[in-house]
Amino acid sequence: MSERNNYLTNGYGVRSWLLTVDHKRIAILYLVSITLMFFIGAAFAACLRLELATPQGDVFQPETYNKIFTMHGVFMVFFFLIPSIPAVLGNFLIPIMIGAKDLAFPKLNLLSWYLYIFGAAFTLYAMVSGGLDTGWTFYTPYSTAYSNTAVISTGLGIFIAGFSSILTGLNFIVTIHKMRAPGLTWFRLPLFVWAHYATSIIQVLGTPVIAVTVLMVAVERMLHLGFFDPALGGDPILFQHMFWFYSHPAVYIMILPAMGVISELVTAMTRKRVFGYEFIAASSLTIAVVGFLVWGHHMFVSGQSTYAGFVFSALSYLVAIPSAIKVFNWVATLYKGSVSWDAPMLYTIGFIGLFTIGGLTGLFCAALGLDLHIHDTYFIVAHFHYIMVGGSIMAYLGGMHFWWPKITGRMYPEWWARVSAAVIFIGFNLTFFPQFILGYLGMPRRYHAYPDEFQVLNVLSSAGASILGIGYLIPMFYFAWSMRYGPKAAPNPWKAKGLEWGIASPPPTENFESQPIVTEEAYAYAEPASKPAGGGGHGTPVPA
Amino acid sequence: MGNWSFFFPEGASTTSGSVDALYLFLIAISVFFGALIAVLLAVFAVKFRRRSDDERPAEIHGSLPLELAWTLFPAGIVLIIFLWSAEVFFTLHRVPKDAMQIHVVGKRWMWKIQHMTGQREISELHVPVGVPVKLTLTSEDVIHSFFVPAFRIKKDAVPGRYNTIWFEATKPGKYHLFCAEYCGTKHSGMIGWVYVMEPAKFQAWLQGGASGGSLASAGERLFNDLACVTCHRADTGARGPALDGLFGKAVKLANGNTVTADEGYLRESIVQPSAKIVAGYQPIMPTFQGLVTEEQIVQLIAYIQTLGGAAGAGATAPAATAAAGATRR
Repeated sequence: MSERNNYLTNGYGVRSWLLTVDHKRIAILYLVSITLMFFIGAAFAACLRLELATPQGDVFQPETYNKIFTMHGVFMVFFFLIPSIPAVLGNFLIPIMIGAKDLAFPKLNLLSWYLYIFGAAFTLYAMVSGGLDTGWTFYTPYSTAYSNTAVISTGLGIFIAGFSSILTGLNFIVTIHKMRAPGLTWFRLPLFVWAHYATSIIQVLGTPVIAVTVLMVAVERMLHLGFFDPALGGDPILFQHMFWFYSHPAVYIMILPAMGVISELVTAMTRKRVFGYEFIAASSLTIAVVGFLVWGHHMFVSGQSTYAGFVFSALSYLVAIPSAIKVFNWVATLYKGSVSWDAPMLYTIGFIGLFTIGGLTGLFCAALGLDLHIHDTYFIVAHFHYIMVGGSIMAYLGGMHFWWPKITGRMYPEWWARVSAAVIFIGFNLTFFPQFILGYLGMPRRYHAYPDEFQVLNVLSSAGASILGIGYLIPMFYFAWSMRYGPKAAPNPWKAKGLEWGIASPPPTENFESQPIVTEEAYAYAEPASKPAGGGGHGTPVPA
Repeated sequence: MGNWSFFFPEGASTTSGSVDALYLFLIAISVFFGALIAVLLAVFAVKFRRRSDDERPAEIHGSLPLELAWTLFPAGIVLIIFLWSAEVFFTLHRVPKDAMQIHVVGKRWMWKIQHMTGQREISELHVPVGVPVKLTLTSEDVIHSFFVPAFRIKKDAVPGRYNTIWFEATKPGKYHLFCAEYCGTKHSGMIGWVYVMEPAKFQAWLQGGASGGSLASAGERLFNDLACVTCHRADTGARGPALDGLFGKAVKLANGNTVTADEGYLRESIVQPSAKIVAGYQPIMPTFQGLVTEEQIVQLIAYIQTLGGAAGAGATAPAATAAAGATRR
């Protein structure tokens, strides 16, 4: 295949990028934009840890501090974590993994990116025009009647970006149903595709609810219609039900794709069929469905009925089981495998470790009698960062390293990648583990100043955050370096299975020169790896 | 406690020990599973590390017995955790019948506390040791959350409704009181202290801070000042329902439903009189929203609680409260 014929060389102008309908180029557009959002969110986090290094509120005014933690949450949740893996890796890989030329609706895919950018621009505008101080949770009646900040414009930004999420989910569902290559049955799909299918269901069904909710907040704020404010005859607890009906499943929008990445990495880096394929696939769908029924566990201290608390607690424990099943299956995949120690595997091991801690501490949070103590403390902050940062971002970075040769056609520097994986793992634990202890000691979250006795643990956490920050910066540098100076990547540098490894790196615009036909299940590593199109894709290209 | 105080806040209520026990049990479970996963990962990663670039390990599809084991074993464990934690939760919500009642109103950024005997405090709460205390929480503005780490309890103070929680302090001392629900600019300044005192000292404190009579008597003055009494009279020609002996009773509504006349119902009937119309009466009562503060509503309710019927006439305020506690649960 000629050097010039790939999706990156297919046009160099600004128009060739901004008007592209190629799923791979759109993935790159998302990569650039969410990376920017990540560093905005991370800069806010750095400010938070700086303020919390001392008990007094001495770096920022309280109003400023409240805006900083709010914007940290808004940017990280809505503009980084929710789009991250689906919009970048999912966009790039799903059509290739299923043997298609593109997503089902390429123009809709481009529209999704523009909606995302439009929503992000709105929110950035809100940030500079006064910021937001409601917390990313927008609890009423604070957000509708008391906050003097840019509630409506931030809400509109989230509302608009929500449509991006809905349309991406819709696109994935239709693509996975209708565009699979001949022979690619449901139970031959890579688990990455299964995970994104489950995620897309949540995006399509859940996101409209948050859209309605922020709209109701805006209407109550502007027109004083009493939905949530008791002074207008509304019910503030209704807001919490509506908000968490989306925002708890949103956690699964963040973690299910990460689980999909890890399922791919663990099998490729051990060169062994994943252990318990059907159980991992089924657990993704179970999480997507049961995840819709657990939102009330955010409201155990709100005055929700005691008996509703029992039901939501029990359902929350039910959703813990499929997560446990996945972890055990990943670990079992290593058994008698050929375990590589390259960076993608280090990130995978890091993910499993951090996700396990995040999952196990979730058992604490769902425990009714215990939640009464740890609710709204740093214990919760630590718990969800273990899932969303320790889990999702470790998997995202692992996936970026694994598919980097495919996306860019260049290898990244392995030694530096291993160092960054180790630095991130250590920095992460030092940042967030002390927060579990802080939470049990009783330090509430969202505190600008705190009693002196909490300082030692806060200093540890701030020190860890600076290590973590360095860990996130290292890949920025070597990824940028490798795009120009990295060694050229072979089509299948990992000797992995999967249709994406059977085509050139970077892939041609049309992905496949001829329609691939799938004749074997995913991860058939034990079969002789002698396929024509470059070292063992699980498809056999046939003449078109 | 020694060095344990680095990991545990002081425990000073009858229920703090059971929360700690649950916590320790969960730590034990987590250490077991965490160590299991970590050891397996480490052993497999080293023992089965890639030795040559052409390695092709043998295929293993999976194992139904193993899948069943790691589904059912965790399921059994989470069932135990659920039942245990639900039991603790239930205890923390089952207010003892003889609990001393204290009203708490959250307001940005302070806690306004009223004792039945009429003492009022701001962001300080004095309670006796060894006496169950029932807190009735509400808010004047946004949602707050009343959090005392030493008692291992937390409950939101939500505007427009009453939430309750209880504790029984076991150790005299001074304990942190935090607002745990973000409430705006000075959220982290909405802190205070809980003072747990020996009963004798608490009695002395009650004597010292005596203000204008009990909560109920303040409510009675309000009841007359606001002219509630012109409609809510005990005679048959009254325009509003009679309030004598009402508290804790079932009330038949115009729409055929029945409600229990608890604090939440009485509060709603003051600020939103048209929400629930008592059978046989017209919706003519004006709203008192904005005319009375949350603290005054608490006083009015305390007064209504003392209005015994024929049976309970002349009941004192604390006794009526205790009876109310009994009927509420």
